[in-house]
Amino acid sequence: MSRIGVFVCHCGENISATVNCEKVAKITGELKGVEFSTDYKYMCSYPGQTLIKEAIKEHKLDGVVVAACSPRMHEPTFRKACAEAGLNPFLCEMSNIREHCSWVHPKDDLTTEKAQDLVRVMVEKVKKNKALNSIKVPVTKTALVIGGGIAGIQAALDIANCGHKVIMVERQPSIGGHMSQLSETFPTLDCSQCILTPRMVEVAQHPNITLHTYSEVESVDGFIGNFKVKIRKRSKSIDEHLCTGCGLCTTKCPQKKIPNEFERGLGFRPAIYVPFPQAVPNKPVIDREHCTYYIKGKCKICEIVCPTKAIRFDQEDEVIDVAVGAIVMATGFDVLKTDYFPEYGYGKYADVIDGLAFERLASASGPTQGEIRRPSDGKIPKKIVFVACAGSRDPAKGIEYCSKICCMYTAKHAMLYKHKVHDGIPYVFYMDIRAGGKNYEEFVRRTIVEDETQYIRGRVSTIYEKNGKLIVKGADTLMGAQPVEIEADMVVLATAGVANHGAEELAQTVHISYDPYKFFAEAHPKLKPVETNTAGIFLAGACQAPKDIPESVAAASGAAVKVAALFSNDELTRDPLVAVVNRSAPPVYSQCVGCFLCQSVCPYQAIEREEIKNRNGEVIKTLARVNEGLCQGCGTCVALCRTKAIDIHGYSNQQVYTEIMALLND
Amino acid sequence: MQEFEPKIVAFVCNWCTYAGADLTGTSRIKYSANVKIIRFPCTGRIDFMILMKAFENGADGIIVSGCHPNDCHYSTGNFHARRRWIVFRNLLNFSGIDTERIQFSWVSAAEGFKWADVVNNTVKKIREIGPYENYNKIAVSTLFKEEGATNE
Repeated sequence: MSRIGVFVCHCGENISATVNCEKVAKITGELKGVEFSTDYKYMCSYPGQTLIKEAIKEHKLDGVVVAACSPRMHEPTFRKACAEAGLNPFLCEMSNIREHCSWVHPKDDLTTEKAQDLVRVMVEKVKKNKALNSIKVPVTKTALVIGGGIAGIQAALDIANCGHKVIMVERQPSIGGHMSQLSETFPTLDCSQCILTPRMVEVAQHPNITLHTYSEVESVDGFIGNFKVKIRKRSKSIDEHLCTGCGLCTTKCPQKKIPNEFERGLGFRPAIYVPFPQAVPNKPVIDREHCTYYIKGKCKICEIVCPTKAIRFDQEDEVIDVAVGAIVMATGFDVLKTDYFPEYGYGKYADVIDGLAFERLASASGPTQGEIRRPSDGKIPKKIVFVACAGSRDPAKGIEYCSKICCMYTAKHAMLYKHKVHDGIPYVFYMDIRAGGKNYEEFVRRTIVEDETQYIRGRVSTIYEKNGKLIVKGADTLMGAQPVEIEADMVVLATAGVANHGAEELAQTVHISYDPYKFFAEAHPKLKPVETNTAGIFLAGACQAPKDIPESVAAASGAAVKVAALFSNDELTRDPLVAVVNRSAPPVYSQCVGCFLCQSVCPYQAIEREEIKNRNGEVIKTLARVNEGLCQGCGTCVALCRTKAIDIHGYSNQQVYTEIMALLND
Repeated sequence: MQEFEPKIVAFVCNWCTYAGADLTGTSRIKYSANVKIIRFPCTGRIDFMILMKAFENGADGIIVSGCHPNDCHYSTGNFHARRRWIVFRNLLNFSGIDTERIQFSWVSAAEGFKWADVVNNTVKKIREIGPYENYNKIAVSTLFKEEGATNE
């Protein structure tokens, strides 16, 4: 006979507003095997947990059901409380009567009845629960950081400074990310390169950090503490050990008219190139798509001029295997592509550019050495229009969210422009100015007041070219939606920040979830902002949502602490909710017939072959055995097993059937 | 006449649909109370005997829902579930079991709205089809070869 305790939580009024908690506790208290039942305002609070612990001791409970919020939220809390009271934590289950009941149904009898049903299911399930012991697995104290922008750099340095090894993978030939493209940063206007490049160098020189640029993650297997990762190091066509980074090859390369991605197409680069002068590592790569040798089969000028003979035309991609214990995703963001704005002529008129391109124009190391000159004819624009929310907060473009950084960088752009072109007039079309952040509002105020930027509240409907001018048509909604027409010399669109290209595929490769906009999803929007739902994988920076630099850095340091906390243990304890093949003590009897279908479906290679031998050492049968360290408890093998020899703790056939019967028969 | 309140069981995976249903709750999107969720680690765990068990115990409809293809927390569990369903559906049709009553869907952790839609649509559909009294007749007829038991 079971002695089960039922604890119904009101969650303040979150549950009790629609569910009659007293009634749920009373009715379920009458179920067979329930020894004790009660309800309480906040079960997860200290007094609530104490209530559970004392009931366990007083009533000698051998099972606990907490009817409260989602087990994804508080299952660990209550299991820990049970363990502290001497009850095996795996004899505690939760009924989700908040997210799955009180929040989604109106206040009526049906809702209370549903809550009772859900509690009854768990009471019956917990009767079939077994006391289990946690599994211990070793931790590989090396972290993988994917992405070498400011977030990745910060996370890598923080982890490395804790004394742990870090492997950093960057898709581009250099680390630095979008921040290296920026001219100056709000709200202090310190130069982006000046604050970023020392950190890039620090990464390259740190004894604990191994850097793989021009590389991508190809596959991720394993689990928290024990990931196995394949990294594809794309061929750079140079021998990095021999190359001194003198740059002679880049000056002699005959291909000189390739649009420079780093300069947002405003400048050109050769086929063998270093993305920007401060690149780390400062060694060139050959862009095989544009290199004359790879296209026509001859040229090799770089090979001839190279003083150290470092060019390797026959170099192939290299795939390396690394073992890591944790992964930090820091893959950053991208900005909307040109084809989203046919009405603004973006991509059609050379002088309609995006914010990142303006950063390059304003940058001292940019294509114009920091002078604001328009791309079409190199003239200094006297009237410039900035369009905020180009794509953001616009359901018609499929982007309903606010890109968050544009209000600030648009203000910065207007300010920088005014500092460089004193007689110029900057206009800003905006929807709202969202300048929440330390010294942000003051910064925008300065742009408006000191730098005399014309802020026009309204949206731009169309932009077209007429007599060498860009005609910007919009409305001023503060003047009663009065039409506004500006003859501008240049237009800068604050295009929406979107998920980086390839984000979806990467999420699938590393097995983390992502939101409908392909940004990576955090485990909890408030309380677990840097964790993912996959244990051991963390998020840093704008791969999660558009973020500015301070936020990215803060998130990266947060992720780094999570990694360091994980690495502070030599062993990890893991929930023992794993598959198990039934068998008796010798002479071994098992329902397993050794078909090994389970082995063929297991995603973790956790099923092993075990040979059962007789006294003479002859193999009498071969059985499947589950390696507890590898099994992640998906249960695919259980559903497949034709003899029902394999079962899974926590979701066993018996438990599941009991749940169904309890749910449908009241 | 009182409206028929169908009993519907939802078998969902822990990582996507359960989390998606949590999001439905967090977003306070209302849906019908007829559906009750049983949590599984993965749709790959959902043996189809489990569905039979639900019908046997009087379920009028069933929802099976997990991660979208390629998004499985365990890489491939949902593919196994999908493949198994394709094979199993034929067997159910052959046996005369109403496959209309089983709703397969993919609901991710970010699709709170979709979960409410899946639930409401399934409840609506099952209401139209009516209570499932035929299952046990089929089961009995298969066991005891009773004549005429399968007649609707």
